[in-house]
Amino acid sequence: MNTLKVCEVSVVYPGSDGGESVTALSEVNLTMEQGDLVVALGASGCGKTTLLNLIAGFISPSKGYLTLGSSTVKGYPRVLCGKDIGDEVTGPDADRGVVFQKHALLPWLNVIENTEFGLKLQGVDKHTRRERAAEYLKLVGLEDFHQHKVYQLSGGMQQRVGIARALTNDPKMLLLDEPLGALDALTRESLQELLLDVWRKTNKMMFFITHSVDEALLLATRLVVMSPRPGRITHQFDLNFNQQFLDCRDARKVKSSPEFIAMREQVLAIIHGDELAVA
Amino acid sequence: MTSMTKSMNASSTGSPNKKGADSKPDAEPQMVDSKEERESAAASVSLLDKLQLNIKKMTAPSAVQSGEYFGTPGAGDSRLIGVCSTLFFIALWAIATEGGFIKPIFLPSPLDVVQRLIDITVDGFAGATLVEHLNASLVRIFGAFILACLIGIPLGITIGCNRVFRGIFDPLIEFYRPLPPLAYLPLIIIWLGIDESSKVTLIFLAMLSPIVLSARAGVTSVRIEQIQVAYSMGATPWQVITQVIARGAMPDIMTGMRIAIGFGWTTLVAAEMVAAERGIGFMVLNASEFLVTDVVIAGIIVIGIIAYCFDLLMRYLEAKLIPWKGYN
Repeated sequence: MNTLKVCEVSVVYPGSDGGESVTALSEVNLTMEQGDLVVALGASGCGKTTLLNLIAGFISPSKGYLTLGSSTVKGYPRVLCGKDIGDEVTGPDADRGVVFQKHALLPWLNVIENTEFGLKLQGVDKHTRRERAAEYLKLVGLEDFHQHKVYQLSGGMQQRVGIARALTNDPKMLLLDEPLGALDALTRESLQELLLDVWRKTNKMMFFITHSVDEALLLATRLVVMSPRPGRITHQFDLNFNQQFLDCRDARKVKSSPEFIAMREQVLAIIHGDELAVA
Repeated sequence: MTSMTKSMNASSTGSPNKKGADSKPDAEPQMVDSKEERESAAASVSLLDKLQLNIKKMTAPSAVQSGEYFGTPGAGDSRLIGVCSTLFFIALWAIATEGGFIKPIFLPSPLDVVQRLIDITVDGFAGATLVEHLNASLVRIFGAFILACLIGIPLGITIGCNRVFRGIFDPLIEFYRPLPPLAYLPLIIIWLGIDESSKVTLIFLAMLSPIVLSARAGVTSVRIEQIQVAYSMGATPWQVITQVIARGAMPDIMTGMRIAIGFGWTTLVAAEMVAAERGIGFMVLNASEFLVTDVVIAGIIVIGIIAYCFDLLMRYLEAKLIPWKGYN
């Protein structure tokens, strides 16, 4: 039911002013099931964000197709979906929550109003949506910050509000575009652990983009390594470092284990190989 | 040979010493000067010196206060200086007029203007008191302002969000925007006559374009991530426009509203040229026809003060309504 399939998907951006068109993604295949935490890793320009935009429904594939459950995902405005085209096509919708690198919170709303915003859009009554929002704010450790202004929070707290907001909507999957990329190293590590806890508690599908090899290895159940020009998936690894972490709750121990180091070397070799090929 | 080089060396090393000796007597009189200055300052502190000292104190670079950053150009409070400079110009005005340097028909004295201001408040001028004139003008300006906001803000947002609307309204607004209101005033009189509606329409048109353009600019200033996240939480396009874009455009719209009010005051006098019986602009025009200069100046001062007060109100509203401005 909750399976995401990406089948032979290519995305070609037309060149501006008669320039050459750019192939951002070339024949990508990917399958995600309930409870998968897929991490996409690769150098800049390898099409990670394009893949996320496709899954979110912000853009349409040039070739191939994506399905989530029984519906096809395309970059369609919602007015067209359901009525004219039918339920089998969906654009961006509440079943796929998104968290960006720079928070996309609404500064005119406070923390709890931001968190409940999705439920408000769907017409859920105030009492219920407050309760749900409070629940997820507690999950990310912000139970004492309901009335705070979002623009006065630290970067880490803003991202936690963003994650709580996406979760409050109870989506089938969470799309995270370098959500920890702009944070300092310590905050970043604590949020990695928080994300793993959230993932285990909610058992959501997650698609996570990062530049950091360590972060990718620690979080992923499946690691997808991508290469640029044209953007494509070159390697996929099934990993269980996140399970090791959740068992022992010691990220440093997991990261210093011989298997982790060996895996990191292997992945770095792939990515550096790409860079050499480009240079 | 050796003696020659020796002597050359001696002369070359000697010259800087000489220079040093030369510069010493130069420095000494300076020191004496400053000593004398200090002595004279201590002996007789004249009013001018005191003033100089105070000006120095007021304009001297001050230490960075908490909450400020070092190096911000023009940092610090300028209110005291503002009050002083205002008083200075009023004093200059008083000296020039009371001293008889300028004839009252060109520039009456401040006291005369204040006296006239009281007179027209109590007895009136050109058939109405100052309050009645002011009331007529304020009704026109704020009537036009409310109308311009009610039409301009939704129109600007729609133009920003909709390709078809942009195509229809963009050329129209861009065409009439740079036209001076006086240029199309005759046309409005031909169409609407000479009663209130033509006056309000003229002010309304002057105010509409900055509001529309600022609302439209506000739409494009909303971050695409905020819009995409809203869609990903199940928002309809209508909800995105009303709950994300319209709110996110508020800082720009507020700026546009401030500019519009300014345009309103500048257009007011033109509007009240047309068969007005009341209005502060009409009062000034009427006074100028009869060379009653003190009423002209009184009217100008009243307009200036009211416009300034309104701008202060808008700034206060801005701080209250969009405290997040700049954090987006």
